[in-house]
Amino acid sequence: MNWDSGLLLLILATSLVPGLVIFFLPEERVAIRTTLNMGGAVVKLVLVGVLIWGVLHGHQYETRLPLLPGGLDLVLHADAESVLFVTLSAVLWLVTTIYAIGYLEGSQHRSRFFGFFSLCVTATVGVALAGNMITFLVFYELLTLSTYPLIVHRGTEEARQAGRVYLRYTIAGGALLLVGTVWLYDVAGSFEFTHRGVVAGLDDADRTVLTAIFVLLIAGLGVKAALVPLHGWLPRAMVAPAPVSALLHAVAVVKAGAFGIVRVVDDVYGVEFAASLGVTGPLAVLAATTIVYGSLRALFQDNLKRRLAYSTVSQVSYIVLGVAVVGPIATVGGLVHLVHQGLMKITLFFCAGNLAETLGVHNISDMNGIGRRMPWTMAAFTIAALGMIGVPPLAGFVSKWYLGLGALDAGQDWVVFILAGSSLLNAGYFLPVLYATWFKAPPDAWPAERSYGRRETAWALLAPPLVTALLVVAAGLLASAPFSPLQWARFITTQEYAP
Amino acid sequence: MEVAVENMPWGVMVILLPLAGALVCFLWPRRSVPLGLLGALGVVACVTGLCWQVVEQGAQRYTVGGWGAPLGIDLYADGLSLLMLMMTAVVGLGISIYSSGYFEHKTAVVFWPLWLFLWTALNALLLSADIFNLYVTLELLGLSAVALVALAGGADALTAAMRYLLVGLLGSLCYLLGVALLYHSFGSVDIAILAERMELSPAVWAAVGLMSAGLLLKTALFPLHFWLPPAHASAPVPVSALLSALVVMASFYILLRLWLEVFPPGAAAAGQLLGLLGATAVLWGGIQALRQTRLKLLIAYSTVAQMGYLFLAFPLGTSFAWKGALYLLLSHAMAKAAMFMAAGNILRFGGHDRIADLDRVAQRLPLTLAAFSLAGISIMGLPPSGGFIGKWMLLDAAFYRGQWWWALILIMGGLLTAAYVFKVVGYAFTQAEVTHEASRVPAGMEWTALVLALAAVLLGLFAPWPLALLDIGFPFSGGCAE
Amino acid sequence: MNSILLYALAGVGLFTLGLYALIVHAHLLRKILAINVMGSGVFLVLVSLGGRTPGASPDPVPHAMVITGIVVAVSATALALALMLRVQAKTGQTLLPEERLE
Repeated sequence: MNWDSGLLLLILATSLVPGLVIFFLPEERVAIRTTLNMGGAVVKLVLVGVLIWGVLHGHQYETRLPLLPGGLDLVLHADAESVLFVTLSAVLWLVTTIYAIGYLEGSQHRSRFFGFFSLCVTATVGVALAGNMITFLVFYELLTLSTYPLIVHRGTEEARQAGRVYLRYTIAGGALLLVGTVWLYDVAGSFEFTHRGVVAGLDDADRTVLTAIFVLLIAGLGVKAALVPLHGWLPRAMVAPAPVSALLHAVAVVKAGAFGIVRVVDDVYGVEFAASLGVTGPLAVLAATTIVYGSLRALFQDNLKRRLAYSTVSQVSYIVLGVAVVGPIATVGGLVHLVHQGLMKITLFFCAGNLAETLGVHNISDMNGIGRRMPWTMAAFTIAALGMIGVPPLAGFVSKWYLGLGALDAGQDWVVFILAGSSLLNAGYFLPVLYATWFKAPPDAWPAERSYGRRETAWALLAPPLVTALLVVAAGLLASAPFSPLQWARFITTQEYAP
Repeated sequence: MEVAVENMPWGVMVILLPLAGALVCFLWPRRSVPLGLLGALGVVACVTGLCWQVVEQGAQRYTVGGWGAPLGIDLYADGLSLLMLMMTAVVGLGISIYSSGYFEHKTAVVFWPLWLFLWTALNALLLSADIFNLYVTLELLGLSAVALVALAGGADALTAAMRYLLVGLLGSLCYLLGVALLYHSFGSVDIAILAERMELSPAVWAAVGLMSAGLLLKTALFPLHFWLPPAHASAPVPVSALLSALVVMASFYILLRLWLEVFPPGAAAAGQLLGLLGATAVLWGGIQALRQTRLKLLIAYSTVAQMGYLFLAFPLGTSFAWKGALYLLLSHAMAKAAMFMAAGNILRFGGHDRIADLDRVAQRLPLTLAAFSLAGISIMGLPPSGGFIGKWMLLDAAFYRGQWWWALILIMGGLLTAAYVFKVVGYAFTQAEVTHEASRVPAGMEWTALVLALAAVLLGLFAPWPLALLDIGFPFSGGCAE
Repeated sequence: MNSILLYALAGVGLFTLGLYALIVHAHLLRKILAINVMGSGVFLVLVSLGGRTPGASPDPVPHAMVITGIVVAVSATALALALMLRVQAKTGQTLLPEERLE
């Protein structure tokens, strides 16, 4: 096996192998476990760097494993979209690993946690690198299986109930996706991801059937992507530990769903063919509904993580909106928001976790004056929150700008109103929080304070949100630099729309 | 050396070796465990030899003792029998290792001869080339299975065994009557000859109907499944494993041979009916499994449901559908054996198998829970596993034939399965402290369960090779509607 | 109607009678006897259909099958009787649970 076909497997292996080993480690072997975790994350990042370099120089990376006779293969393939998602996953995995090690210090079942954590990342990377629908499906379901134990990790009745709800949604979604995929295979004969869409190349397919398949696929993917009304599992899943919420909401589950929708619209159907089928319109409406609904629900949540959860429901649909508005600029906006929202949301969740761990604060009503007590954490939170609202020159502004511009360019003016309204709502549920934390007087005592000496909290809990907040600023300020997420998104889009 | 290996009568040895082993275990009871394990390893070796032979030389036919059909017995090994033999060998080895740690001496001396005898009957059944030999081996299989069920000795086990025996005898007699009618119509019991001479007539319809009824009773297809849950649940754990994994497979195998080789037109005619019964089994078994409070009964009802999936291949009728059903059978054997073994570990550890009280036990047995979860993944049909491959193939065939309602059943069955599997797995993540005495579980028992479960999952990644095996010899290479 | 057909029909009749008895009677011994009657019916069918034409020498293959079948039936009956005795010893009744009157 040469380098070209082996690299992708290696990238998968850097989280799979440590994960499997960690399962067998006794709880007390902290040093080995930490080394495996960090080692795997670092090696993965290095290999992803090699991958990026290779793709830019024209290397074709592909791994094929025959799954069924008759040409059905498990295909790992690195095209521009996969590289975007893989890089995001690798960077954020490293950061979250550091955070998780700090957050879970001294708690039970860490070997089990980190084992499944690594499996979860493996599944996410597999989703990113999937080269056809069946590979995507395999890793998508693996994602469900590896995230369930993370949600129920704490073992409380609430956690187990949340896990049950999660399973109901995701297994049903997986079943819909399976039916859609098999049907697609039957109709199209192949479902390799190809630019401009593999379905678009069919001559005599029945349009009703294709529409039905599209609905099934989007429904199956929409569960993980938290499209209304399939989003019900997401707020319940907030009962999981903060590193899990961070990973689920920034990288793994919701992004896998949104990424899948992008793949289906761009590489299975082809965006122009999908538009001619008439499915992109309803999809855009659905995305817009989700955006508004999520933001509205967020306004009324007092629990910080739940507010962030509904914010995620809303924000991930920007990505879907980007592809559903048929136009290159909007697609750029959606794709780049995949990265930006990941960075911003993970920062917010890291901060929420810090507040809970250090001070026992879970609700926004308890957050008065917390900026004095934990200035660095809340600084990161402020940057990320402003980014979510869309304040220039932060990352969120870039994505919203492109989305709005793209909507106008494609003649879908109503989208601009949705974007504006959603930004207003974002401001509505973030600005009061920021005001309270910085300008209101703190209470006499925090619910459950832990002391870290002169630092505001442990290093492992503080560094990650600072790093990601910095990236939020960089992604916005340096958006026109080469290799920024924005440039990458534009590169992807030219391949989809160019003649 | 290679020539010697290729020319040995592996097919005959595969039958004689476990028989010799059973006799030896019976005669030297104090050494029955090591002798039994040796016998198991020997059978695996013989099956490997047979595999080599069939892959190199194509389907094999042996005339035992030099007397050919119709007075003598022929043995026939094609891809299908080879695959089933290999599956039996792997699961059988696992069960043997598990049993060496499970039984106390008093029961072990009775278990080993019976188990090896059952294995003999099963191997002979898979290699039989005529329908009367199938009857004889089927009866032998049934009798040894009944004796094994009764091994546990309690009132539940004994009544379940009695019911199983009566049902089994009924099924075999219906089958035999069919054999009589077929012989009268065509003058031979050899499968290949019957396939050539087959013509439709009322006698043939009656014969095939009788034979199918008997075999459906033995495969526990709804509504003839009533005997299975009590028998599988009250037997000792290794026996439950071999019943669910291997014994129900045998009657399905005969049914498959019958419908595919001897009487293809029947498959087309009765296909929708069998599919409907299979669909009912999938839904009924799943719902019943969900309602159970005891783990072994849950797993037994799961077997009823899984057997239902196999019958969905009948209305679909394409080669891809049959292969999918067989792959499901293959994965089910591994996964179900692993599940029963996991249940046995839990029983041994905690003294009970009540699902509601599993939380006190589950956390202390991570290997066992892992085995149960992996096996559950295959049974649910989630990737990557053999169960997923089989499910995919059946779904593909359903869409290809435009019979989308079977796809619906497959999906709903999968959802029900997920419900009852996760009901059990969820207990691994509770906070309960262990509150009572726990007995040690031997490592061999935990690891066997895990290895078999892993095998079920790995079947999902290495599917092309076993599927290619099925192409050797009739009935999957040509002759069957694509 | 020649004698072969008569015997064969008698065999089928025995089979049906045995089937009826198996389903209807509750006592285990009767069920076992019913199975035996069914078996005898099948053997009768086999043997009678083996007489190809009256007067010519009969076909030996069905006879071989019947002998094998009798051996199997004897072993099965022995097992069934032993099992029935064990059931009776353990539960005090010779009925399956679903047939009991309580």
